[in-house]
Amino acid sequence: MSALLSPRVLRGLLPPLSLAALLIAIFWLQPRTMSYFGLNLLLNLAVPIALATIAQMFILCVNELDLSIGGFVSLVACITATWLHDTPLLGIAALVGLIVAYALLGALIHIRNLPSIVVTLGMSFVWLGLAVLVLPTPGGKAPEYIRSLMTLKPSLVPFPIIASVVIAGVVHLFLMRSAVGTVLRGAGGNPRSLERAGWSLLKIKMSMFALAGFFGVLSGMALVGLTTSADANIALRYTLLSIAGVILGGGEFVGGRVSPIGAVIGAMTLALAGSFLSFLRLNPDWQIGAQGAILIVVLALRVLISRSEAKR
Amino acid sequence: MRTFTKAALLATVAAVAALPGQGAWADTSGKRIALSNNYAGNSWRQAMLRSWDKVTSQAVSDGVVAAADAFTTAENQVTEQAAQIQNLILQGYDAIVINAASPEGLNGAVQEACDAGVTVVSFDGIVTAECAWRIAVDFKQMGKDEVLYLADRLPEGGNLLEIRGLAGVFVDDEISAGIHEGVAETGKFEVVGSVHGNWAQDVAQKAVAGILPSLPEIVGVVTQGGDGYGAAQAIAASGRDMPIIVMGNRHDELTWWKEQKDANGYETMSVSIAPGVSTLAFWVAQQILDGADVPKDLTVPFLRIDQDNLEENLANTEPGGVANVEYSLGDAQGVIAGAM
Repeated sequence: MSALLSPRVLRGLLPPLSLAALLIAIFWLQPRTMSYFGLNLLLNLAVPIALATIAQMFILCVNELDLSIGGFVSLVACITATWLHDTPLLGIAALVGLIVAYALLGALIHIRNLPSIVVTLGMSFVWLGLAVLVLPTPGGKAPEYIRSLMTLKPSLVPFPIIASVVIAGVVHLFLMRSAVGTVLRGAGGNPRSLERAGWSLLKIKMSMFALAGFFGVLSGMALVGLTTSADANIALRYTLLSIAGVILGGGEFVGGRVSPIGAVIGAMTLALAGSFLSFLRLNPDWQIGAQGAILIVVLALRVLISRSEAKR
Repeated sequence: MRTFTKAALLATVAAVAALPGQGAWADTSGKRIALSNNYAGNSWRQAMLRSWDKVTSQAVSDGVVAAADAFTTAENQVTEQAAQIQNLILQGYDAIVINAASPEGLNGAVQEACDAGVTVVSFDGIVTAECAWRIAVDFKQMGKDEVLYLADRLPEGGNLLEIRGLAGVFVDDEISAGIHEGVAETGKFEVVGSVHGNWAQDVAQKAVAGILPSLPEIVGVVTQGGDGYGAAQAIAASGRDMPIIVMGNRHDELTWWKEQKDANGYETMSVSIAPGVSTLAFWVAQQILDGADVPKDLTVPFLRIDQDNLEENLANTEPGGVANVEYSLGDAQGVIAGAM
């Protein structure tokens, strides 16, 4: 019994429990959501947020912070709705180019020892500017295959739930269970010992940033699949949502301590928190504050658990 | 037998008399309409929400619809509003009236709503999804109307000063295009100067004061609203004769016009979009739910103020605000009939 309720287990259970509590509250407030159709509408916009959160998680894992992911996802959305739709080859080349650009950013930050907050804050304006250049006025059209993937209606389980489980599962196996993943995480937790053991920190940082870019690209494509067309400002909210999602899911600002499954759960919790507050008919002026309050409550619970862990 | 006929006749008369008033309402008394709004941070949007509240709460208490709730997103972001619209579908609203954060970015959510059988009506910030209705503003016509009015007042024509809005915004381009189209069509005016007033009196005053010394005599000033009072101040300070300045329904503009009218019979006109357009969208949604045949694209009528109804409109405009009008069911039916 005591093993079951050990702080370690409790801390691991906190993200799924918060999500479950929120879901039950939503079901109670609005029974219509308790259906295939309802869950689909409730969660489909959480899929691109989850992908952006995974991207942010890779960056946080190597002890950096990405303030440009929102602008980056917006740019990807604009490219997806224009080039990838009209001239697929150019579109694919541009998206691959963006991932390479992300890897190069990682290299720049590592070699010049620059603070990632400053570099990515600057890049957020570059991404936004490029997005406006690609798509000066809102428009474009989602490629048919992305649209049909995102509006897939599999029998029994709604698509957003399947997508979330697949994303969380694949990243978990790669980062938490594979040998490569352990090395990548180690670069955030204890870079010095990793370097002594002969690994190249530069390569690790570049691959982590490239992975972040890859998931950022997936996020933008998923978003356009849902919205059908793009807007240069479409995903600016994702910067803060993704950071909050990682932290809510059990990640920490010190490198190496992240959880892919937690990050996906955190992203879904944040998306649901918005719906929950709107079902409550809360005045919009209070909604941002209330969203913050939900974050604080979950994080405060975590601090309490960690403290009881320290006492032992 | 005789009394029976009389009673039957009376009942028929009563039924016929009740038809135009309530016959159209009977079908929507159980329907719920939601307003999805992306931004509430300026006086126009605040007035828009107040008008919505005033007209719809009356409609709800009259039993026209069951509910008409307004929702504003916490942040002016496309993804927020898309999520909000999906939540409104889940809350079981029969119609959603949208002032959209983006004309394209919400189409996915709008499509979800249409697929779920929800009527979607967008206004002001419209959406392009084909299944939605649009109540758009013809800003181009608004600019053209200004020039046509001036052409009427000034048969000999002359030089015009144009005050534009915020550079790079679509509304500014549209109004300006309308003005230039009107100038080309009437053929008796020349736009000799153009400045950006950013729809703000202080900016307009500085900009006009800056360009005035380089201009020949001007007979008219075409504006975009929110800039007429500043232009008047700048021209008065320069000691020139006061040209005809087209106003934009703001309280300070109307007040200045009234002062001039009382002092020296100054004549002009004022035109803009009333924030109460949200109530027009409400009635259009109600009509669609009622089964009326409504074209997908409708146009908002302008709120135009002329010499004779200036006092009345000024009295109804609060200081710092903009002249407003709330639309009725009859107005909505008129707009729909006009678009058929």
